[in-house]
Amino acid sequence: MKPLLQVKGIEKRYGARIGCTEVSFDLYPGEVMGIVGESGSGKSTLLNCLAGHLEPDAGQVVFDTRADGPMDTVTMSEPARRMLGRTDWAFVHQHARDGLRMSVSAGGNIGERLMAVGDRHYGDIRDKAIDWLGRVEIEATRVDDRPTAFSGGMQQRLQIARNLVTGPRLVFMDEPTGGLDVSVQARLLDLLRGLVREMGLSAIIVTHDLAVVRLLADRLMVMKSGHVVEVGLTDQVLDDPQHAYTQLLVSSVLQV
Amino acid sequence: MIELKDVSKSFTLHNQGSAVIPVTEGASFRVAPGECVALTGASGAGKSTLMRVIYGNYLAASGQVLVGGLDVTQAEPREVLALRRETLGYVSQFLRVVPRVPTLEVVAEPLLALGRDRQVALDKAAPLLARLNIPERLWALSPTTFSGGEQQRVNIARGFAHDYPAMLLDEPTASLDVQNRETVLSLIEEAKARGAAIVGIFHDVAARERVCDREINVSEFTPGVAA
Repeated sequence: MKPLLQVKGIEKRYGARIGCTEVSFDLYPGEVMGIVGESGSGKSTLLNCLAGHLEPDAGQVVFDTRADGPMDTVTMSEPARRMLGRTDWAFVHQHARDGLRMSVSAGGNIGERLMAVGDRHYGDIRDKAIDWLGRVEIEATRVDDRPTAFSGGMQQRLQIARNLVTGPRLVFMDEPTGGLDVSVQARLLDLLRGLVREMGLSAIIVTHDLAVVRLLADRLMVMKSGHVVEVGLTDQVLDDPQHAYTQLLVSSVLQV
Repeated sequence: MIELKDVSKSFTLHNQGSAVIPVTEGASFRVAPGECVALTGASGAGKSTLMRVIYGNYLAASGQVLVGGLDVTQAEPREVLALRRETLGYVSQFLRVVPRVPTLEVVAEPLLALGRDRQVALDKAAPLLARLNIPERLWALSPTTFSGGEQQRVNIARGFAHDYPAMLLDEPTASLDVQNRETVLSLIEEAKARGAAIVGIFHDVAARERVCDREINVSEFTPGVAA
């Protein structure tokens, strides 16, 4: 099997400070990788470099495109990268507001991404939008409501629907359950797991919640001060952490 | 099917004065298909540790752990995951599930993960739950609110949903009543009959003597205690 994404030596500096450095890994189709670390450890910087939102100072992000095979997305043209962002890639922001158009209806939010890839038939777009609202457990009657009228958890689910409607192969998620109360988190996790399995998605999830990665991620990468300090199978890293920082992280979780 | 060659394991606690705790040294044994081997030894001797080393959630310090030809200590995460999906089952003492997922699906999940048809998976899961005396009215509910014993039985049903060629059982009969214990023991016997290689921890001596072909005392591998 060919890797879907190959990350080679990614580095991002903010002046003299290190954002993240020497990050390399391969992600295979259907794999979910978690990136954990305390705030300021460089995990969001890394995610933004991978997703093309930030330009890394060094390194390659090679994605196996459908048409042309493996291509370095760091050096590809801006339009090509944007096209990827609308089709094979999806980005779920921590704050749903960053990933939604708040003044456009829920159906419009989902439809916009379909139109961006060439869908033109209004009836079809609306049907697909309603289908996706159902999959993320939002009632069809809310299709014409604006996201401003939705709760935080619904906004987050709408954002996920908007992202997944075009059938992406790689989803970047930045703290997808952050800021949601635990019952909504549980629902979202269940939903994400189901979607990942049914659609065969690969995903990279940045979070500081170890319970979230245990449920969602196959593999784990632990970051501290911009460096990757430990990688491995999720349950191995959490059950038998090798690095001092990971041990601290795992032992710091409060038991409920 | 399962083979350990000179496996050692120690824990280094970096945040507690870098204390090094050696747990196992020079563990070597093999388990053939259709064979059930019990790990014995006092509490703290390293039975569960050794089992987790085989499953791959503990990292061996040295040595080889071969399961179905794959060296778990050297394999890539995705290879270990594929091994766990297809070949190596593990019934732990605790059920860990996503909240909200109905019991029937929890049990069917190993089959769904293998890409089996949804109905086929559910049809396999239902009789297992019935055999383990989980009332049908509970199947549509999430097991998170079940009693400890019920959760354990759900966990066992889940562990036996797929016919794994190799299985690890961590106290499968602990805290079960007579009838359910009997069911679990027959599940183990059926697994052996179809050729599964099983490594188990049984504190229940009668159960151990009934299903296990031989015993391995892990104290033999505990550094500094022998002699």
